[in-house]
Amino acid sequence: MSATGIGAAVRRKEDLRFITGKGQYTDDISRPGETRAVFLRSPHAHAKIKRVDTKAAAAMPGVIAVLTGADLAQDKIGNLICGWMIHSKDGSPMKMAPHPAIAANKVCCVGDQVAVVIAETLAEGKDAAEKIKVDYEVLPAVVDAAKAQSAPAIHESAPKNTIYQWHLGDAKAVDAAIKSAKHVTRLDIVNNRLVPNAMEPRVAIAEYDSGTDNLTLWNTTQNPHVARLVISAFVGMAPEHKLRVIAPDVGGGFGSKIFIYPEEVVCLWAARLVGRPVKWTSDRSEAFVADAHGRDHITHAEMAFGEGGKITAIKVKTIANLGAYMSTFSSSVPTYLYATLLSGQYDIPAIYCEVDAVYTNTAPVDAYRGAGRPEATFVVERLVEVGAREEGMDPAELRRKNFIKTFPHQTPVIMNYDAGDYGASLKKALDLADVKGFDKRKRESERAGKLRGLGYSSYIEACGIAPSQAVGSLGCGVGLWESAEVRVNPTGSVEVLTGSHSHGQGHETTFAQLVSERLSIPIENVSVVHGDTDKVQFGMGTYGSRSGAVGMSAVVKALDKVEAKAKKVAAYMMEAAEGDIVFKDGKFTVAGTDKSVAWGDVTLNAYIAHKFAGSQLEPGLKEGAFYDPTNFTFPAGCHICEVEIDPETGNTEIVGWTAVDDFGTVVNPMIVEGQVHGGVAQGIGQALLESAIYNAEGQLVSGSFMDYTMPRAENLPSLKVDTTMTKCPSNPLGIKGCGEAGAIAAPAAVVNAITDAIGSEDLAMPATPPAVWAAIRKAAKMQKAA
Amino acid sequence: MSSKRTIAVTVNGTRYERKDVEVRLTLADFLRHELGLTGTHLGCEHGVCGACTILLDGKSARSCLLLAVQADGHKILTIEGIAPSADKMHPLQEAFRDNHGLQCGFCTPGMLTTLIEFLRDNPDPTEQEVRIAISGNLCRCTGYQGIVAAALDAAKRMRAAP
Repeated sequence: MSATGIGAAVRRKEDLRFITGKGQYTDDISRPGETRAVFLRSPHAHAKIKRVDTKAAAAMPGVIAVLTGADLAQDKIGNLICGWMIHSKDGSPMKMAPHPAIAANKVCCVGDQVAVVIAETLAEGKDAAEKIKVDYEVLPAVVDAAKAQSAPAIHESAPKNTIYQWHLGDAKAVDAAIKSAKHVTRLDIVNNRLVPNAMEPRVAIAEYDSGTDNLTLWNTTQNPHVARLVISAFVGMAPEHKLRVIAPDVGGGFGSKIFIYPEEVVCLWAARLVGRPVKWTSDRSEAFVADAHGRDHITHAEMAFGEGGKITAIKVKTIANLGAYMSTFSSSVPTYLYATLLSGQYDIPAIYCEVDAVYTNTAPVDAYRGAGRPEATFVVERLVEVGAREEGMDPAELRRKNFIKTFPHQTPVIMNYDAGDYGASLKKALDLADVKGFDKRKRESERAGKLRGLGYSSYIEACGIAPSQAVGSLGCGVGLWESAEVRVNPTGSVEVLTGSHSHGQGHETTFAQLVSERLSIPIENVSVVHGDTDKVQFGMGTYGSRSGAVGMSAVVKALDKVEAKAKKVAAYMMEAAEGDIVFKDGKFTVAGTDKSVAWGDVTLNAYIAHKFAGSQLEPGLKEGAFYDPTNFTFPAGCHICEVEIDPETGNTEIVGWTAVDDFGTVVNPMIVEGQVHGGVAQGIGQALLESAIYNAEGQLVSGSFMDYTMPRAENLPSLKVDTTMTKCPSNPLGIKGCGEAGAIAAPAAVVNAITDAIGSEDLAMPATPPAVWAAIRKAAKMQKAA
Repeated sequence: MSSKRTIAVTVNGTRYERKDVEVRLTLADFLRHELGLTGTHLGCEHGVCGACTILLDGKSARSCLLLAVQADGHKILTIEGIAPSADKMHPLQEAFRDNHGLQCGFCTPGMLTTLIEFLRDNPDPTEQEVRIAISGNLCRCTGYQGIVAAALDAAKRMRAAP
């Protein structure tokens, strides 16, 4: 391993600008002649729009235009779409209701766009937006997903508010296994709705050049090419080659910046209309109602056990709340990213899952860190833990008994696990967490009047998404490969153009590590370019922990081609046969001789082209590649949470956290550990603190940082983080991905620990002090009654 | 509806005279849009997230909750001004990089300014004291562990070379 190669904890290149205030986030960009967009948003969850009167607003100082849904429709701007087709059990396609960028006839959630003011300044825009008069006919709101299917339809095209009724697996086999089971564990689970809350709110700046007829969009997106494709091909804003999308430094995404949102469409449309750049910056209140939310499942789950704690089947019925409209990839989250992971780390012969996706008058729900896999892990790991308790077995032992031990392993729910060693991560976690000493610690807590509990989560995820043919057969509208171009300059320095996008992950460092190691050049001589459709070839972007496993694999492929071409150049330089050239330690050597040329000599000769004729070899050294994965990757591991609870207040303190993850090859252990920390923090947030709460009228009552509890430094423990390693056999570097693991593993570990401490399974997330306190009281009452 | 006042401020050692600002303009927007100092970030605009924290006469303050006119006559330090010179970084900046105290970088300016004040007042803090000190600053990426490590490391460096 070189000092800056794969496996080295290289300090991040991008940090230098971030710690000096020189980052370039989208809101830091100002365009000459820029105007500001201010959206008027619906205060009602569900209402007919009878009339929008913009006259008074248009007459306000600084106002350039006031635009409505009617104007948008008149200009034939297309609706936003969901790009993953799901078919119901009966074969019918999902019911995708129209989603205009500005509502024209009715609003379907609080925060729905009703009009937009384009003004000289933000303040003038806000003043004018207050003068827009809207006559609403308020309709009853559908808020509770459990009752959505018996409520009046929100969208005409979706009777019973049902988007699809989907299923996966073998219902008959599962029912038979449950019937003949020695024991069945049954749980009702609510996976609480979360607001992603990247610290940088979303921003869009659109500019139209009438001379060239080109549109440019600076946008806080995780996937600029996908945004361009959808805005061009589906919304119909401009031909793809006439639209440039730039994603500069992006301040966190966690999924919420994958999607194509109404505001960016409106800014593009308005920029062309008013002939000046249009900028919209979300404030936090807007972000709470206008960003796609995450999770929000209601589930009944059953796990059947045979002799000795052997799991024989899982049966799951889930209602997934997708909110008011179908966001870009919303349909895939509670289906192919969820039910396919219900086998967990276990050898389970029969699995059946039914999912009803429903519309409600709430913000759209889509992928949020983990996307479907946290929900699946929560179901499986709660069932396993509760099953062990009911059977009187050690939960670690029950897991060990049921682990998949040979690979490849075909689960009953599509996935083919390629490599793993689940026993190894469990064993290491047990040691690191000192589970042996837990009983003693529990007694000490008891002496202090506290309750202590221990909870496991042996999670698995499917990442890198994914082979294009496979996802295409499952309904995905795009391919999920990645692209790379390696441009070698005459002086030997290198630019890597990647279709991946970094919004905190550190690609400028990790991608450069790969090139530095492969070419034996200093890491300073490598630049990573991403996030601009004019600079970078089409790419699919960053989500699903895919940038290492898929994005870097594309770089490897391009580097293979670069090396092959460079060998040809070296062969001409040394008048040797191409097949005799060996590239090692940054030198090209004629095998068996001491003749060699250095990397920089070869790169210069590739461009001056003095040593070969054009008919023999093309000048230049620049190669591109598209890499399509051959399988999902399967990161897995074991997290153990230890809590101490004050029964008088219900306050939970996490007193120990151990994470042992198998991510395959680790490119930069410092960055990987940071990803685990961040993921676990979000998972603990879900388990203890966070919840998007709507009241019966569909108002988001947790709509600011005053009401929605984000994890703070004092809420979180210091984590013990370690890894085990089985290389991923499905990609050249052996990478599995690490971005989502913490958020997937953590909630089940926390809830398993709390329920262990309080002796009751009757506890919903977030396990706030009042919730834990009430659960303790309820359990005590029931014990008394019994 | 709108009226202007003339203010004078010193930001990162540079004196800005006779700046005409709208009375409703926040200090954050003044720094970002009038002075072009975009290193100060806005994460919530209701004083909770701490991303916009600057030092006003040496004390940490939310620039989203201050009006530009309130800064009249005061000295402000922002992320752009915390390094001692163009080629030397503040120990906190170095420690943040060495301890992976940042990922997307958006909360970082507020973390650094908050910690500059904290470590000045408490040069030898415990981990728990650091956690409490930055509990007014939200970070969605790091889980705070790298930030806490960076703060403790910076404190050590600053004690060694005051």
